[in-house]
Amino acid sequence: MENSMGDKSKGNGGVGTWLLTNLGRILISLVVPIGLFVILWQGFMFLRDSNAPQLVLVLVAIVWGVGGVAALFWVTNWLVEKMPKEWTRRIQPFVFVGPAIAIIAWFLFIPVIRTLILSFQNDISNAWVGFANYIFAFTDRVMLDAFRNNLLWLVFGTFFSVSLGLVIAVLADRSRYETVYKVLIFLPMAISFVGAGVIWKFIYAYQGLGVGIQEIGLLNGIVVAMGGTAQPWLTQAPWNNFLLIIIMVWLQTGFAMVIISSAVKGIPAELLEAARVDGASEFKIFFSIIIPSISGTLITVTTTIVIFSLKLFDVVYVMTGGNFGTNVIANEFYLQRFTYGNAGRASAIAIVLLIATLPVMIYNLRQFNERRAF
Amino acid sequence: MKNKNRFLGFLGLVLILSMILAACGGGEEAAPTEAPVAAAPTTAPVTAPAGEECGTGAPIIPGGDLEKAYAGEYTGTTVTMDGPFSSNDQVKFEDAVKDFETKTGINIDYIGGKGFEDNIGVKVDGGNPPDIADFPQPGLLDTQVRKGKVVDVSTFLPADYLAAQYKQGWLDMAKMEAPSGPITAGIWNRTNGKSLVWYNKKAFDAAGYTIPTTWDELMALTQQIADDGDTPWCIGIESGAATGWAMTDWIEEVMLRTTSPENYDKWTKGELKFDSPEVNNAIDNITKIWFDDAYVKGGRAAIATTNFGDAPKPMFEDPPKCWLHKQGNFITSFFPEGLTPEVDYDFFYLPGIDSQYGSPFLIAGDIYAMFNDRPEVRAVLEYFTRAESIKTWMEAGGAISPHNDQCLSWYGDPMEKKIAALIRDASTVRFDGSDLMPGAVGAGSFWKSMTAFVSGQIDQATALQEIDASWPK
Amino acid sequence: MAAKAQGFQKQKRTSSILLNLTLSIICFIWLLPVIGLLITSFRNSQDIFTSGWWKVFPHREYQNTRQIILDPSVDVNGPMTVEGVTASFDEFRNGVTAPTGEKLTWYGNKRTRTIDVAEQKWVGFSAALSLKNYISVLSGKSVTFTDASGREVVTRGPALGSAFLNSLAVTIPATIIPILIAAFAAYGFAWLNFPGRKLLFILVVAMLVVPLQIALVPILQDYTRLNLNGTFLAIWLAHTGFGLPLAVYLLFNYIALLPREILESAFLDGASNFTIFTSLILPLSIPALASFAIFQFLWVWNDFLVALIFLGDKNRVVTSALANLVGERGQDWHLLTAGAFITMILPLIVFLALQRYFVRGMMAGSVKG
Repeated sequence: MENSMGDKSKGNGGVGTWLLTNLGRILISLVVPIGLFVILWQGFMFLRDSNAPQLVLVLVAIVWGVGGVAALFWVTNWLVEKMPKEWTRRIQPFVFVGPAIAIIAWFLFIPVIRTLILSFQNDISNAWVGFANYIFAFTDRVMLDAFRNNLLWLVFGTFFSVSLGLVIAVLADRSRYETVYKVLIFLPMAISFVGAGVIWKFIYAYQGLGVGIQEIGLLNGIVVAMGGTAQPWLTQAPWNNFLLIIIMVWLQTGFAMVIISSAVKGIPAELLEAARVDGASEFKIFFSIIIPSISGTLITVTTTIVIFSLKLFDVVYVMTGGNFGTNVIANEFYLQRFTYGNAGRASAIAIVLLIATLPVMIYNLRQFNERRAF
Repeated sequence: MKNKNRFLGFLGLVLILSMILAACGGGEEAAPTEAPVAAAPTTAPVTAPAGEECGTGAPIIPGGDLEKAYAGEYTGTTVTMDGPFSSNDQVKFEDAVKDFETKTGINIDYIGGKGFEDNIGVKVDGGNPPDIADFPQPGLLDTQVRKGKVVDVSTFLPADYLAAQYKQGWLDMAKMEAPSGPITAGIWNRTNGKSLVWYNKKAFDAAGYTIPTTWDELMALTQQIADDGDTPWCIGIESGAATGWAMTDWIEEVMLRTTSPENYDKWTKGELKFDSPEVNNAIDNITKIWFDDAYVKGGRAAIATTNFGDAPKPMFEDPPKCWLHKQGNFITSFFPEGLTPEVDYDFFYLPGIDSQYGSPFLIAGDIYAMFNDRPEVRAVLEYFTRAESIKTWMEAGGAISPHNDQCLSWYGDPMEKKIAALIRDASTVRFDGSDLMPGAVGAGSFWKSMTAFVSGQIDQATALQEIDASWPK
Repeated sequence: MAAKAQGFQKQKRTSSILLNLTLSIICFIWLLPVIGLLITSFRNSQDIFTSGWWKVFPHREYQNTRQIILDPSVDVNGPMTVEGVTASFDEFRNGVTAPTGEKLTWYGNKRTRTIDVAEQKWVGFSAALSLKNYISVLSGKSVTFTDASGREVVTRGPALGSAFLNSLAVTIPATIIPILIAAFAAYGFAWLNFPGRKLLFILVVAMLVVPLQIALVPILQDYTRLNLNGTFLAIWLAHTGFGLPLAVYLLFNYIALLPREILESAFLDGASNFTIFTSLILPLSIPALASFAIFQFLWVWNDFLVALIFLGDKNRVVTSALANLVGERGQDWHLLTAGAFITMILPLIVFLALQRYFVRGMMAGSVKG
């Protein structure tokens, strides 16, 4: 302290002075993060090696994980705010977005680069094959089928999920039993894919024709009860694609509904009341007040579901395994990667998938600019 | 696999070997012992002596790691093992290695279960492979071998030791091409028989049908059941993403019965085209049954929508809705609960077609491969080359041993004992062809194109040409 | 004036009935498969394959009352007369209605020479439903076999309880951590200026489409190097990584549209970004945070693949415990359905708990204040 006083009295400005003036602060700035780090590290070691009862471990894990991240943000920000104003202004944004960027880069971006490299290599990634995998991706009969089907999924799956989600969100908003309806629509989302696969098998099941055969599928049960003949629904291309899309709509409408519902709640009640008092019909209110007010959310939801429908494979994998002309790109990716062990082709398919979403991304960015979100 | 007699006889070889190696005198008339076994109502007296002679096999490799393990050198180490089996099988596996664990102090940690096939590649590529993995399909292992990730077991298991423990056919199938050259990629620990036709014994006997011993008799029985107003066959090939494999088993069976084993081997290696007279002929034989709506429960259209595990269930309804079901021995675990083997259900051998090819038998099996080369892992793998490693599993039912040093008397399940004997007596034994083909064919186009063919989307020629086109170049 | 109000009231009531009717119909259609799943989960494995699940509801069905055994002298290949009805074997096989209203159906094949006589009766009041499936899922399936020495070995699979705890330990942090990180990032992208903002944002959004399967191998390699495999940290980070793009995207859309005036006034009051974020943005974004929390919770809860690869066998989560319970009998649909319901309970509770944050006027009120 003595020293720093002396320095200051000499009037020599610059970094050195500042450094010394703030020695105490710097020390604290070092001690706090190091302390935090030590605490987190101890927690990690405890979790990894401890033989404590499971319940204790689980509780410690939850507190450690959630608290740790919050503490990291707090401490980093505290550090940054200790810096000179100008530095704070420059660095603080990176404190905010930095962790997200770093994690996304680690878990997704770098793997994408790696995938790009693999897509130019052979099945076990030990030789270069040029564009052969891409030629496969764009010429193989299976892939062409998959592209066609994905288009169906994208158009019909997205349209019905979003529009049903919107209608239900808006209608339920006015009902006293809102929660009940929303829970029921949401229900399918909570079911695991395996469970969902089982139950839809009980809807589309076909037992065949013959004496004494009882249909156990609901759809054929209805058809037979009405005097018709049972059909092997899932094997009849191209209609089976629509039957599978129904499953996706059943699963995803809940997603659209929840997001849209939270946006609908954001529309000021006075706005709606005013329109009603002016005698506007409900349809008019729907189209000229509600939709414009939540257009941003609608675009978000649509984008998300479009991407879902491109990435979707669970429904197809569980229901038909891609047979009977129902294959989709993501399912073919999965088969190539895990069943056939062809990393090259699988990577090329993944990159094609990535490229397929570019138009959606570009549209989104335009929207942000228009809404001056940026 | 040129010599079709290589697979001749389990017990026969077992006993001959035990005579040579253990210099045990009492083993004369080794092979024929099974005949009186089948005839005699009580099997115990006949097989009991065999039990004493068999089960010894080749001596533990002197100076090898298994010997050191039994000496307690590796106490406290852990060997992780991954595989596709779970539930009952996992319990039986753990029970089977318990004795070994106590004696050696090595802990075998089985971490497998559902999803093994999908994630083993990720684990290996990600640098976190198990020490030992159980591959139900050699084709799946082949992918890892080609990447150079698998330890060559011949580096510590001498060829003469392996030759004493397994018949040459098994060893040939374990030879795979690594970047460094051909290696022995693993050892066989379990097998299962496929050439079996299951039936509801009570109903079958009540109806007065007789077991067919030739293909013509089988077709006559089929017609007879149909004439009596029932559908003879229970067939289902749906299996989620693996839909179609049950059809490929049928094709392999008929291939073995209508063409030479050499042609079969060429076919599994891609040297004989799918769109060849041989394969076409095999499929024609099958479609005579499969595509006749009067022969198949639910008709042809129901085959692709019926799950393979659900397919045999109508046999046990009252009255049965179908009568015959061809499937491997594992299918009994899909039968309704509470049925007794040999009382409620039984099987007969799927008869041969062309007499010049005798009575071939189709099998499948689990190959154990090693990813980490540590002494204790070597010890465990050497242990798995010995039939005693699955002895209690055989006794509990659920495992058929491919080892030479097994004893028929160990089988607790009468069905499995019969199957083991059938495999022994077969003139030709061949491995499930689709498991040997590259994944893109054997777990891909072969299944998918055959499914499309059965469901009527494409015709036979298109299906076969598509499979040929998909063969990796 | 009063009449008009009354008319308005009346109109409101009819429209309310119509509204609820429409929603009820939609919900019924949505619920139908779930009802099927629920009923199936109470049935035994045999029934599931022999009759449709709707058969548990009371309905009229032909029930066998007696059997007629045909005399050996009757030629089954020709027309036969039974109970005053003359028909061929095939006709009997498909069922013939006798003048008495009874239905005559041939039992089995020709060799049985047996005809079932059936009457229409109401059935289904005492459907064979039981809790057996749930009990075996919750307590773990027991495996019984007899070994060579005749010793009966009974092993009970692990109960779901510990798997539930593991799932919670995975899911709660894997839900909260990405939300926290994403909320910070969304605020940064929406309200702070820094070089490369747009480019980085595009990068984040583009990652939405990446199938997470491509990341498994590289991440596993990194984890192996860092010795992270099998730890909770590993799986939280993985789920955070895979969930972040959507979280940032959804939250950005919400936070970017918050009224500018609030933030500006806060800035003028001299609040720091951190204060604004914690005391203003976070509370205002609760509906968006809640809705994302629901989905992230669901995905993590129902995830099988990521847990299998990064967490492994030691800390088994519910999904992989269920998968192994079903075991080698891939078609244990009665257990699958019961398991599906048990695992659904928690996500539904989370949904209901967070649902109350979707309240009208939260935003509107703040704008005014």
